[in-house]
Amino acid sequence: MPSSTNVTTSGTVTLFIGTRKGAFILKSDRTRRTWKLSAPIYLGHIIHHMVCDPRDKRMVLMAASTGHLGPTIFRSTDGGKTWKESTAPPTFRKLPEGEKGRTVGHVFWLTPCHANEPGSWYAGTSPQGLFRSDDGGATWKPFSYINDDPQYIEWMGSAQDGTPDGPKLHSIIVDPRDPKHLYFGMSGGGIHESIDGGKTFAPLIKGMETVEGFDASVVTYHDPHCIRLCPSNPDRLYHQNHCGIYRIDRPSTEWVRIGKTMPKKVGDIGFPMVVHPRNADTAWVFPMDGTTVWPRVSPEGKPAAYVTRNGGTKWIRQDKGLPRSNAWWTVKRQAMTHDTHGLVGLYVGTTQGEIWASRNEGSTWTCIARHLPEIYAIEAAVLGR
Amino acid sequence: MRIHIPGALRSYTGQQTEVEVGGATLAQALDALDQRFPGIRFRIITEQDTVRPHIRIFINDRQTFHLAKPLRDDDDVYVVCALSGG
Repeated sequence: MPSSTNVTTSGTVTLFIGTRKGAFILKSDRTRRTWKLSAPIYLGHIIHHMVCDPRDKRMVLMAASTGHLGPTIFRSTDGGKTWKESTAPPTFRKLPEGEKGRTVGHVFWLTPCHANEPGSWYAGTSPQGLFRSDDGGATWKPFSYINDDPQYIEWMGSAQDGTPDGPKLHSIIVDPRDPKHLYFGMSGGGIHESIDGGKTFAPLIKGMETVEGFDASVVTYHDPHCIRLCPSNPDRLYHQNHCGIYRIDRPSTEWVRIGKTMPKKVGDIGFPMVVHPRNADTAWVFPMDGTTVWPRVSPEGKPAAYVTRNGGTKWIRQDKGLPRSNAWWTVKRQAMTHDTHGLVGLYVGTTQGEIWASRNEGSTWTCIARHLPEIYAIEAAVLGR
Repeated sequence: MRIHIPGALRSYTGQQTEVEVGGATLAQALDALDQRFPGIRFRIITEQDTVRPHIRIFINDRQTFHLAKPLRDDDDVYVVCALSGG
């Protein structure tokens, strides 16, 4: 959650946009009213995530693949003007001839390590793998033991159990108080925590529900879509799951389904989860239709964000400025984010290639870009000038 | 031998369509290619030394999936991308 660690409360905002057909950079003026879109970067490449380093905002990493070539990571040291390829992208351990080893399909998630570990990054892949770089993304190595651990391999399930374009390791979270305290999510495979810098991990799934008919005690069956830690209270995490919206307040080890208080007609299914950078009681979701065959579009074709300002006791619909009907949006798990302005800005990217922004914490929305390729991910950085 | 580079990978070779490399096997030839153009091999071959989906390799007119395949100096190696997707 790089944008969450950025505490700049005014200035221009830069959105780093990953799409199915390339990357784009969208820059605002200081008021966030006018926006300027870059030319496409690596047009035609699938950009799963593009993240600006909050510890050095000249550094940007981009997870890329194409429909036919292998995955890689591109890195920029000048804010996205020029790019170089990683010389050793994430790869699983090579197994001896005759044994079936895993291969990285694509890098899905990028997270800067702790503020005290400049230049270090984590990456999550599809199929599920956890990797780390200690040289600004130039070279990557497997991190922790989970990529080869028989128990974790079992929990990861097979490609048949994962999301349509491959099972994923995502939502890699570093506790801002302790670089050894880590979380990650797997779709499928649950949520996991380490308190010893990755030497050991353990599932954190109590309270989470699974699809009807599946045993909730089996880690494999859990599908957290997006997990966020509150920077203002790192003991509180929220997550949007395949089966509802949840909150946990550590040291509790049990998630509470706070989505039950969402309107019944809308439900609490979706992909992204956004938390306020300075108020742990405030969080946003962007619900998707999870009825019948799970269309995963805005319920009734009426897109809306929902905000809670009391930790999930109550949710308020925020749709002013958004289309009132016939808008069948899908918003992916990395395609909703926020800036850190005093009045927080929210940004939503759709699979139809539009970006909608709110300068007032979701009260009103305007479209700031359209006609882009299918949007996979948006990250925001406030440059403070 | 000559390795013929598909359009999708010519950003690595400075737009060269053919590259002369040495090597007694396909694996050695691809290693030599990667020495000159770092990163190109991994976009063709996985970390388990298998040819990626949607990519095919031909030695002269014969398709192969085996990196241990011997090569002669006068062989032509073709890397072909299916350009699947939409």
